[in-house]
Amino acid sequence: MSEIHRAVPGLQEKFSTAILDVTQDRGDWIVTVAKDAIIPVLAFLKSECAFDMLTDVTAVDWLGVKADRFMMVYQLTSVKNKDRIRVKAPVSESECKIESATQVFGSANWLEREVYDLFGIDFAKHPDLRRILMPADWVGHPLRKDYPVQGPDREPYRGRVS
Amino acid sequence: MNTEIMTVNMGPQHPSTHGVLRLVIELDGETIVKIDPDIGFLHRGVEKLSEYRTYHQTLPLTDRLDYLAPISNNLGYILAVEKLLGIEVPERAETVRIIMTEMARLQSHLVWIACHALDIGAMTVFLYAFRERETVMETYELISGARMTSNYFRAGGLSADVPEGFVKKVRDYVEVLPGYLDMYEGLLTNNPIWLKRTVGNGIISAEDATDIGITGPALRGSGVDFDLRRDIPYAGYEKYDFEIPVGTNCDTFDRYKLRIKEMHESCKIINQALDRLEPGPVLADDPQVCYPPKDSVYGTIEGLIHHFKIASEGYPVPEGEAYVGIEAPKGELGYYIVSDGGTRPYRMRIRPPSFVNLQALEAMSKGGMLADLVAVIGTLDIVLGEIDR
Amino acid sequence: MGVNQPLGSGVTVTSLDMLVNWVRKSSIWPMTFGLACCAIEMMATGASSHDLDRFGIIFRASPRQADCIIIAGTVTKKMVPVIKTVYEQMPEPKWVVAMGACACSGGIFDTYSVVQGVDEFLPVDVYIPGCPPRPEALLYGLMKLQDKIMGEANSFGAVFGLGDRVSTI
Repeated sequence: MSEIHRAVPGLQEKFSTAILDVTQDRGDWIVTVAKDAIIPVLAFLKSECAFDMLTDVTAVDWLGVKADRFMMVYQLTSVKNKDRIRVKAPVSESECKIESATQVFGSANWLEREVYDLFGIDFAKHPDLRRILMPADWVGHPLRKDYPVQGPDREPYRGRVS
Repeated sequence: MNTEIMTVNMGPQHPSTHGVLRLVIELDGETIVKIDPDIGFLHRGVEKLSEYRTYHQTLPLTDRLDYLAPISNNLGYILAVEKLLGIEVPERAETVRIIMTEMARLQSHLVWIACHALDIGAMTVFLYAFRERETVMETYELISGARMTSNYFRAGGLSADVPEGFVKKVRDYVEVLPGYLDMYEGLLTNNPIWLKRTVGNGIISAEDATDIGITGPALRGSGVDFDLRRDIPYAGYEKYDFEIPVGTNCDTFDRYKLRIKEMHESCKIINQALDRLEPGPVLADDPQVCYPPKDSVYGTIEGLIHHFKIASEGYPVPEGEAYVGIEAPKGELGYYIVSDGGTRPYRMRIRPPSFVNLQALEAMSKGGMLADLVAVIGTLDIVLGEIDR
Repeated sequence: MGVNQPLGSGVTVTSLDMLVNWVRKSSIWPMTFGLACCAIEMMATGASSHDLDRFGIIFRASPRQADCIIIAGTVTKKMVPVIKTVYEQMPEPKWVVAMGACACSGGIFDTYSVVQGVDEFLPVDVYIPGCPPRPEALLYGLMKLQDKIMGEANSFGAVFGLGDRVSTI
């Protein structure tokens, strides 16, 4: 797509220090911001750019590949203008927390609980942060790259993994 | 008079919870004060497992997510992989994909009406709807061999062309189904018991619904006119002509009428797709990704080596990430795949519609009675395989 | 059941054990324990085209009124205490049918949260493979369970506490 996404000029004007990167990957627009600015950016997108639905909140574990271990990914959809934008924020392992998006969108409640459960990222100001998919007394965060797929209490699989 | 809040457990084994859902409900008499859903009883680790399987091997895992409409999960995943690969699908494959996805929508909505009516007390509809569903299962068996988890799509098209008799079977089915849907409406729509239990129940406003992130028929019941097939089209839906029913009263009865109307519209789309079906190839011509035709695999050594290489190693997908959201029968089913250039996904995230829709359970049923909660669970149309993955 | 009928057409001769077994196999009442995708095939078997009611099989929601539990679907570690509680609430005699690949051995989900087979904590009588098994496969498995029940020895004695039921298959 050759034209710039309608939200990008406004974002670059208002958050010029916080924006780390603006790219396009296979037609999707991706804006990477510093994690301290994530709440103002989401609030700006909701109020000024009509992105009224937070479709998805997730994380990717880049252990050993990137400097900041986790990358939070927020997928936003505009019901009115019928388009999408992706906002990413790197979170390092040493300071594994970020502010909760429940201050801006209600759908972030369970989605962030799941990221906490499976990755271990802490969300400040979340109303009810506890495990959601694993049992309450589970130890460890399964979707991290150093967690074995068959669980820590079984012998690791020695066959070929395609 | 001193009253006390009572905490009740609507446990994972329950005939009305549509799967292994546990609700911890705080009641003041019969009135619901607070609901805390406890999920995760079916968490199978599909996202973690996909990091250890090739893109081809991950495809059967996606079948088992929303097991009421398995082929639509396949479609979302395959569209995301094709977006990463950048390959085009031939016309015939696209048309068959739309036919099968709309059949999956019919199948899912038939189970919805069966279970929703069964929970509220109308057992006849359950038996009738499952009878209609058998024809869809027989169609799946005709094209792929498996009744439910058909695993029929491939990156680049379909695994095999549709056999003889497919077009006639689907056309006959789509001709008689609207008559059956009218029969269900005749049983339910003007039924005083149905009206008493569904009108005014489970109300959520359009702003709350968008804020909670509800999508699909539950969102359209609240008056928000948003359907991904028309608004952010995918897989060739822009070529078809269909209406999107929208509700006005934000209650369970509206969502019921809306889904019945959606089934009628699906029949319309299937008829248009059958008219468009032209002979042609069903798999793209990309040697890196697509298997060679079977007679070349069994007949020539090059075909055999080609097939072996793709089957054993998998096909490499260029680096990057892609998000594809499709209008699954339950809402927006999203696949976010991150690739590091290898033959296995680096991270596959499935955005389940029922997971986000279930957050609205408390908002919709607070202040209502325990019996109304059962109707709300039915109208949200959740499936635990997708919520827990 | 007395093909020769030595006492005339109104009288049948049998053993007490056979009588008890015949009654039990003709009215197996399973508990609705559908967990995942196999539950849908179980519902389809119980519904219109492949009817289970003609075998005397009626699904009961309460474990106290059931004598068979069909574990249909993936069993996760979070679900194990629930299944154990429900199984212990069922009165004797009771049988367990593991339906589907996930209940038999964990299926395709060899992960951190899935129990690799329900026989790690429950005594299974019949295993029905498939993913999901066809309704005909489920019917065949239930008929195999009926054969197993028919072949039990000392079932009448066990009712009165005179020894245990012994499975001869």
